[in-house]
Amino acid sequence: MPRKYHIEAHETPHRFPAIGRSGIIDWGEGCLKCAQCVKYECVYGVYGKRTFSADIFGDTIDEYCKDCFRCVQGCPKRLIHKTINPEWEQLGDDIYTPTVISATWEQAKTGKIPVSGSGYGGMFSGPGFDSMWTDMSEIVRPTRDGIHGREYISTVVDLGRRPARLRFDTHGKLLNETIPFVRLPLPILFDMPPFGRISPAVGRAMAVAASKIGTRMLVPYSKMNLFGDYPSGVVPVLDGSDVDGQWLSLFDMVQVPYSDDVMDVIGSLKQRKPDQVIAVRLPAARAEIPLILDLARNGAEVIHCLADQRGFEPDAPDGVHLKDFLREAHAKLMELGIRDEVTLVAGGGIAMAEHVIKAMLCGANLVSIDIPLLIALECRVCRNCVENGPCPVRMSEVEPGRGAQRIVNLMAAWHNQLLEIMGAMGIREARRLRGEQGRVMFFENLEAETFGRLFGNRKSW
Amino acid sequence: MAYKNIWSEVPPAAVANAVSRFKRGMGKYAVVISDACNDCLKCVAVCPEGVFRARGGKLVPPFDHLCLGVQCSRKSDRCVRNCPVHAISVGLNPSAEALGDKRWTADLLMSTWYMSETGKLPKHDLEYRVGASGGGFDKLRFLFPKRPPRSDLDPDQIDTSISLNRRADRRVKIDIPLPLYGGGMSFGSISQITMLSRVRAFAAWGSLTCTGEGGYPESLYPFDDHVITQVATGLFGVKEETVQRVKVVEFKYAQGAKPGLGGHLLGDKVTPAVARIRETVAGSSLFSPFPFHSVYSVEDHRKHIDWIKTINPMALVSVKVSTPTDVDMVAVGSYHAGAHIIHLDGSYGGTGAAPDVAKKNIAMPIEYAIPKVHAFLLEEGIRNEVTLIASGGIRTAYDVAKAIALGADGVVTGTSELVALECVRCHNCERGRGCARGIATTDQELVGLMDLEWGTQRIINMLHCWRDQLREILYRFGLDSIRRLVGRTDLLAHLDYNANVPDDDIRRPPE
Repeated sequence: MPRKYHIEAHETPHRFPAIGRSGIIDWGEGCLKCAQCVKYECVYGVYGKRTFSADIFGDTIDEYCKDCFRCVQGCPKRLIHKTINPEWEQLGDDIYTPTVISATWEQAKTGKIPVSGSGYGGMFSGPGFDSMWTDMSEIVRPTRDGIHGREYISTVVDLGRRPARLRFDTHGKLLNETIPFVRLPLPILFDMPPFGRISPAVGRAMAVAASKIGTRMLVPYSKMNLFGDYPSGVVPVLDGSDVDGQWLSLFDMVQVPYSDDVMDVIGSLKQRKPDQVIAVRLPAARAEIPLILDLARNGAEVIHCLADQRGFEPDAPDGVHLKDFLREAHAKLMELGIRDEVTLVAGGGIAMAEHVIKAMLCGANLVSIDIPLLIALECRVCRNCVENGPCPVRMSEVEPGRGAQRIVNLMAAWHNQLLEIMGAMGIREARRLRGEQGRVMFFENLEAETFGRLFGNRKSW
Repeated sequence: MAYKNIWSEVPPAAVANAVSRFKRGMGKYAVVISDACNDCLKCVAVCPEGVFRARGGKLVPPFDHLCLGVQCSRKSDRCVRNCPVHAISVGLNPSAEALGDKRWTADLLMSTWYMSETGKLPKHDLEYRVGASGGGFDKLRFLFPKRPPRSDLDPDQIDTSISLNRRADRRVKIDIPLPLYGGGMSFGSISQITMLSRVRAFAAWGSLTCTGEGGYPESLYPFDDHVITQVATGLFGVKEETVQRVKVVEFKYAQGAKPGLGGHLLGDKVTPAVARIRETVAGSSLFSPFPFHSVYSVEDHRKHIDWIKTINPMALVSVKVSTPTDVDMVAVGSYHAGAHIIHLDGSYGGTGAAPDVAKKNIAMPIEYAIPKVHAFLLEEGIRNEVTLIASGGIRTAYDVAKAIALGADGVVTGTSELVALECVRCHNCERGRGCARGIATTDQELVGLMDLEWGTQRIINMLHCWRDQLREILYRFGLDSIRRLVGRTDLLAHLDYNANVPDDDIRRPPE
């Protein structure tokens, strides 16, 4: 049995108070100073802990409040109210929702899986990854007890080409050449975020985190200088700038953008360093699927397909979601009988731990993440930086060590969530998740099988 | 006065007022009385809802959670217009917006509180039937006929009972008068007062409650006939003696909120009392394993059931499973293994503590699982020999009726009772001292926030309202028994498939 993979988390507090879902409004005017709220009502000692924070220029009470409404109901003069915090509601977008951002901050701080009481309070289903449920095992297919360490669940994946079969000569000697691959202990690559002030400190935090947990950070070649000298944690992505071939051969993996002559580019790189794994980067668009098939047929090792920031086809108003793209690409590769030979990486819109597994179940071997790395460093996904506005959390001033630990914490929490879902499915190998669509329930299928059978055609989706 | 031991007595199932434990209830509207008030108490006289009350000739702070809102207050014969000193103003309660979530909206929480306090349905201002999750029960509607088809039907005589033993065996026959019983909530995840409130309320209605996997506290002994004891993977507190006490034993193979994962009880809540009942160590977190390591096949499953049947020769066996893709096969397998009750717990069910990732993503919602299992049991020709029970997101009487129309015989509830006890769904049940509202906690001080009689009464009141609503639904369809509603999907419509179904709540004017 391989050594057990474990990501060490250490609590690393926020630099800025986290924006909370709701706010307490307490009117000073008319207050009896009876201290009912302080002494009797608040179980969490919120009124005792509150201070004035110069960072947010305000009260920190909302950071501690847990929404029990005791003070609201207990104030004799009824001066306390709770409201949804408008600042919280405006966080992020429809994929990086306020809930997702808050949960990511918390995981980056503690490294723990979000656990809560009471049932799920969200929507029944939703677009993209929210329209699928993962399966669980019951009675006859044993689940796996991974999370508490009672059984080993492996999250290892390999990047590289796999021969379809082994060939031997008449003496039984293996004829296949050894094919290079890069092994990652968890199915997550770090990718350069599409926005954000990536200062040398931020770059260093990301690269150190990648190297600590044993994965890689994809970095555009021209920005390599921001990431220090971490050949073990970094994968250069060629971006048209002049390349120092000698230096490039320090890396065990390199990524190249798709171009018509990409196979020639790969060939010349391979000539310099035959055991280097070369990944091709291209958009996760349905129109690209024939190219993917060609690449796979022609010997490409790793194909990295990128959706837009929301997880949909880039630059297509009615584009399909990454999950549908992956299902189609996976199915076509299966039809050609070459799915096992090539590694498919999916990126764009992977916002939560559950998206990692769902993308894999739809057909990816592993995923890449980008914006969550920034959120771990307290990014609020306001995108002010895109227009050169000020960053509310002064991203560029992150202390690299603490920043790296927060990213490590986030991955520790995600890793444990992967174990939870895999354990429930009874799957002990992340490699077996790839395209395992029999263990997924898709919203459209369930609707058709149940309500479709009862009520006919669905009018709105 | 004769000594009454409420700790061991089954109370009557009668409605009685049970006002909020806190200084003010929470409702949609806020009534503010300014300093101009001169205690003339005219408002007390004009408000039929009891918002204004006086004590010792003085007006006490208004019970504004009973208020019917701005429109009512401005009527010529109501409070605002009749206050001689213009001291009353009525507006929306700003805190109501921060309350609730998509499944348990502020309206659902507040209407459940209203029912639990008064034993009556809220008037026109609250949506008490569905939430806002945008799917499943929240998109299903009943296709009520314009007029109730049977004039000979007496609504008070409509039968809402179901049978828990439909097998032709010689085990105990149990008919419960409501098509629902209380789901497993363990001692430790909830307080003893909460546990007993539920047990007593369900006992009052002649139904049952499940212990959950936390063992069988002695305080439940007087209610043995109304208790289901649970055998779950942790086997906490499972003894021959407890299995023999009861009429129904439930195997928990999985729980909808965390299918495929074992139970969690974090160390803070494991007090010495909890540890004693569970036969564990105080202060150390309890994680039940998953799965039952003694069950890896249907044959093992059968052995399990035979084990219980041998220890208790009268008891019924319920098998609680979650909703994987092959839930229909699991249900049929359980029938052949000898189960009386197949209990499906859908993925949006409640829990004392579960990873958020599991609550949201693992296994299918109950709305899909019920028709799937119902159809398969019919196909196999065994539908009439099992009792199919659904849970996991049953919040209201309408959810109960919809689950039954989709194919279940009855349902199991849990969160609804906690909401009746003034749960606000803040999701903090598992942290530190546990529930700040004294419901899901074992903290000495917080437990004291609730009193047993009050808790029992609140749940009795809610169940009363639910029974009335079920009868009303059946009456509007001309059905004389809830058993005739099972599988009547023809009485349902789904708004995503047919947008033209009117929202005809008879309490409110049509849309």
